Amino acid sequence: MIAPSDRSNSATDQRAAGMAPRFGDDAAPGYRAEATLSIGLEIRRQLSRRRTKLMLGLMVVLPVVLYLAFQFGPADEGENADEALRGLVDLATSSAANFAVFTLLMSASFLLVLVVALFCGDTVASEASWGSLRYLLAIPVPRGRLLTVKLTVGLLYSAVALVLLTGTALVVGVLAFGWEPLRAPVGGESPPGEGLVRVIAAAGYIAVALLPVASVAFFLSVSTDAPLGAVGGAILFQIVSAILEAITALGSLRSLLPTYYTDAWFGLLSDPIRIEDMLRGGISALVYSTIFLMLAWWRFPRKDVVS
Amino acid sequence: MIGLVVLSVLAATVIGFVGGDGAGYRTEERMLRVNAADPVELDTTLYVPGTATPSNPAPAVLLSHGFGGTKASVAAAAEELAEHGYVVLTWTARGFGRSGGRIHLNSPEHEVADAADLLDWVASRPEVLSDGRGDPRVGVVGASYGGALALLLAGYDDRVDALVPQMTWHDLAAVFLPEATGAGPANGVFKRAWAGVFFGAVTGIGAEQGRLGGVSADPECGRFAAEICRAYQEVAATGRASEQVITLLRQRSPVSVVDRITAPTLVVQGTADTLFPLSEADAIVQGLARAGTPVAVTWASGGHDGGEGADTDTERIRRLSLRWLDRYLWGVDDQAEEALAAFTYSRVTGFDLNEGELTTATFQASAYPGLDGEGTPHRVTVEGEPVQIASPPGGTPAALSSLPGAGPEVTSGLVVDIPGQYARYLSAPLETALDVTGAPTVDIRVASPTGEAVLFVKLYDVGPDGRSTLPNGQVAPVRLTGLPSEITEAEPVTVTLPALAYRFEAGHRLGVVIATSDQAYAGPDDPRLYTVALGAGDAAEVTLPQVPATVVAGSERVLWAVLVGLVVALAGLVGVASGVARIRRRRVSRVGFPDYREVPLVVRGLRKVYTDGFVAVDDLTFTVQPGRVVGLLGPNGAGKTTTLRMLLGLIRPTAGEILVFGHPLTPGAPVLSRIGALVEGPGFLPHLSGLDNLRLYWQATGRPISQARLDEVLHIAGLGEAVHRKVRTYSHGMRQRLAIAQAMLGMPQLLILDEPTDGLDPPQIAQMRQVLRRYATDGRAVLVSSHLLAEVEQTCTDVVVMHRGTLVAAGPVAEIVGDSRTVLFGVSDVEAAERVLRELPGVRPVARDAGGLIVDIDGASRGEVVAALVTSGIAVERVVPRQRLEDAFLALVADGEERRP
Repeated sequence: MIAPSDRSNSATDQRAAGMAPRFGDDAAPGYRAEATLSIGLEIRRQLSRRRTKLMLGLMVVLPVVLYLAFQFGPADEGENADEALRGLVDLATSSAANFAVFTLLMSASFLLVLVVALFCGDTVASEASWGSLRYLLAIPVPRGRLLTVKLTVGLLYSAVALVLLTGTALVVGVLAFGWEPLRAPVGGESPPGEGLVRVIAAAGYIAVALLPVASVAFFLSVSTDAPLGAVGGAILFQIVSAILEAITALGSLRSLLPTYYTDAWFGLLSDPIRIEDMLRGGISALVYSTIFLMLAWWRFPRKDVVS
Repeated sequence: MIGLVVLSVLAATVIGFVGGDGAGYRTEERMLRVNAADPVELDTTLYVPGTATPSNPAPAVLLSHGFGGTKASVAAAAEELAEHGYVVLTWTARGFGRSGGRIHLNSPEHEVADAADLLDWVASRPEVLSDGRGDPRVGVVGASYGGALALLLAGYDDRVDALVPQMTWHDLAAVFLPEATGAGPANGVFKRAWAGVFFGAVTGIGAEQGRLGGVSADPECGRFAAEICRAYQEVAATGRASEQVITLLRQRSPVSVVDRITAPTLVVQGTADTLFPLSEADAIVQGLARAGTPVAVTWASGGHDGGEGADTDTERIRRLSLRWLDRYLWGVDDQAEEALAAFTYSRVTGFDLNEGELTTATFQASAYPGLDGEGTPHRVTVEGEPVQIASPPGGTPAALSSLPGAGPEVTSGLVVDIPGQYARYLSAPLETALDVTGAPTVDIRVASPTGEAVLFVKLYDVGPDGRSTLPNGQVAPVRLTGLPSEITEAEPVTVTLPALAYRFEAGHRLGVVIATSDQAYAGPDDPRLYTVALGAGDAAEVTLPQVPATVVAGSERVLWAVLVGLVVALAGLVGVASGVARIRRRRVSRVGFPDYREVPLVVRGLRKVYTDGFVAVDDLTFTVQPGRVVGLLGPNGAGKTTTLRMLLGLIRPTAGEILVFGHPLTPGAPVLSRIGALVEGPGFLPHLSGLDNLRLYWQATGRPISQARLDEVLHIAGLGEAVHRKVRTYSHGMRQRLAIAQAMLGMPQLLILDEPTDGLDPPQIAQMRQVLRRYATDGRAVLVSSHLLAEVEQTCTDVVVMHRGTLVAAGPVAEIVGDSRTVLFGVSDVEAAERVLRELPGVRPVARDAGGLIVDIDGASRGEVVAALVTSGIAVERVVPRQRLEDAFLALVADGEERRP
């Protein structure tokens, strides 16, 4: 039994006295911090969840549903629809690439946001709500490593979802509408091979443009024990930004909003490709993501895990 | 002539002075009286930048507004030029706004002479750089009406040093009476819609302003000067222009002076402009070139139909205009490629989903080749047989190609040809995309029973799906005379189609349409039947001029650099951060106290204050030695769970120290790997089986499966076949057992269990006791928290008692129990007994129990107490010495209570 008066004998005092208190391995045999919670394991843990399979399945089903919808009848031309947008809808069935572009257009603004918010926002918060987070931390999985693995896998699943969506749309498109040139409503068309490259680039840009949502979701995920709160918060963030963006009175200030450049991938349909806004969007996405991920990395290691 | 005009300046009715308030310029508003020949007061604003002073004068820019506007319509542009360091004069032209007079359509004696007087006045300003007495260094900038004025002023007054006319006309007669086979305005087809829009709008404004401003205006002519009004009425009524009208229009057009202009000129023209098409700019440029004047040309996506055009274009035009002025007014030469190019143009290449706007790409060429393009034009054959088409009586219904000012976005969906009134000739699908820059031509033949025909020739872009696009709504009107009545006798005529900067995509077809009517133009009213055909039999070649040009790079390079820089910086940041974290972790893992290397747990002076100020644990000190099963005992809220959280690094202590096997414990410290824990109940992935949960948990440690001792642990859990079921289906007790099994995975040297018997039934609890006692061997130790005191007493070798966050007692169970001095008295009347006992010295009732009273008999003997009770008439049924931890705990807690102030 140690009396309270022993307290002066603390580690800092010993270091100050130059006693170099170094000795052997402290961990259990076989334990290495770098080996805990491997990415492969986290992939399996997440894949075991029904929502992961559901979401990925939806990515495959959606293009098929869109295809069927087109089979039932031609697109109804909305009276007030933007001319260019309407053009895209009309062109959706003209080629595989067009169908993929249309699918991306339909899903980029909400569905993919939801998917990314779910994969990145639910990941830590759900562990907290199950109570398994404290056991992971007690293994111990270093908190920084936990974040790295969780974010990596969250982003990985988001990317897989995007790839599945684009890939299925292309496959369905090839089968249904053929290997035809990619046609833009304004600005012309590019041959099928080049069109494919452009579709892939569009998906790539959308992935980058979704990074801020992922980062916000992840930051919220480490801040709350409620998975729905993190996912909903990230979507709310997106919606508020979109509302502010709609206020034209804000003028050029709007370009600072995280959602301002989400649609810049349309520059890929121009010939020559208009890349400036995509670059701006990339910079914007990186800056926002860095801010929120830094917040997450600052907050989580200092957090009292009391779930 | 202008120089002779005496300037009667500064009959200023209002001298306004607006402080620039840090905007870098100040403004002065004046009514200036100009033009001695036909005096008029003009409403002016002078913008003087802070940098322009009499000792440091700056060049001036005259900025004139468009038709129907006032000086306020160019205020934003003026501010920008002023910010850029130019002294800027804006004014409302005569006949508009608050200025006096009538509209003479830029007549030399009126608007042009007015502007020359303004030049004199600008020359008198000390802030303006001078090229000589009465000769300011000055550029003139204006769009549309203002652009023509700029050219006319420079033609009449050689003091102008630089010009940027935008979207303006060369010859008003050719503008309003165009003819695409070169017949001239006398045979032109009246551009009725545009003319009406202008005339009607301004007479309306004039009538309105007349009422407000006291200027006499009539509903017929508004503020138009009488001769202009008469000319319009004549043309509008007949659809033809007399020589007098043509002369009148030409006097008011740069065509009359363009050969004399010496000021370097940047000509800006819009591609979406059915009012002042690219051919007008082309004529200006040809005229300037004949005079040897330096000239550059740029085409933008806007125009009188397209408005400002794409954002990228408005920005580009602003940039080019400033560079032009800088070069010829300041002598600053911008070496940017784009600034040096003699010809730049933009082509619509896509759209911006964000802003719902069209986007453009900019191209540049080292010389302006004119509308015939450079080199060999593309040639595409269109085919089709002769067709009879009807010109409708009264000119209606008529085809729709454009709506004045509505913009191509609006009209492209409305473009329509009336069946029976047009012939369409298609080409084969194009094998490659064709970029057209200039005015295409096509030969046609026409037969008419009257010998005369008015036709409208259009070039459509026909997509593979049959969808037709009429680029920019442009139409080539033709008036042919001396035609035969049989098509076989008709001679081919060459029609020059409106100039374009356009791409026809591969797979698309060209569609040449010859129509008999168009809503934008005045055709004949009498019904006619024409026969139309292509130039050579059943075919004709469309020539499509091209200009070799390169794409102008925007800010891509800079943005790429920023993006790549950002990525590299972030990668560096992540690398450094993870490196630092690794080094720190390694350093932490090596630090420790060798003296305690065999001691599973040392807790010293531990304190935790939550953010809300609640002190959950205060000054807690205890040790867990190897081979011991230590009970952490305390009522709910004693701080047990908070302590265990700190022991697992889940929360940070506010103060104090935890050593595990001699290593300081911090969140995530590697030494945690030697601890197995169950804290605050189980935490499993509910959708997986118990076995999968244990497996995944062990895999997460990264340690070899051979160390896990999974079978032993599963045996302890005793879940049987249920281990294969999903955890979601488990009872509370099953989860609890699985959680204990998880804590024991790998046989950690320190096992920490929080309320382990929670939810277990008695046989399981008994089994658990044995398990724990057996576990604490081979240098291992167990720390069990519980609020069930009997539990701890039967299971533990040592006990740590906590109450309200503080340590009450710690030591071997036997020792703590030995301290106990309490006795349970079973009495008939508890309340009376309590009163009696309070009177006895050294005796203290501690608590009531079922049918009895627990009493601390520190100083007295049991017999004395019984005697006292019986004497007081209270029956004593039993006396039980309480040699039990529970009593010890109650006593200690009570002591703790008393010790508190």
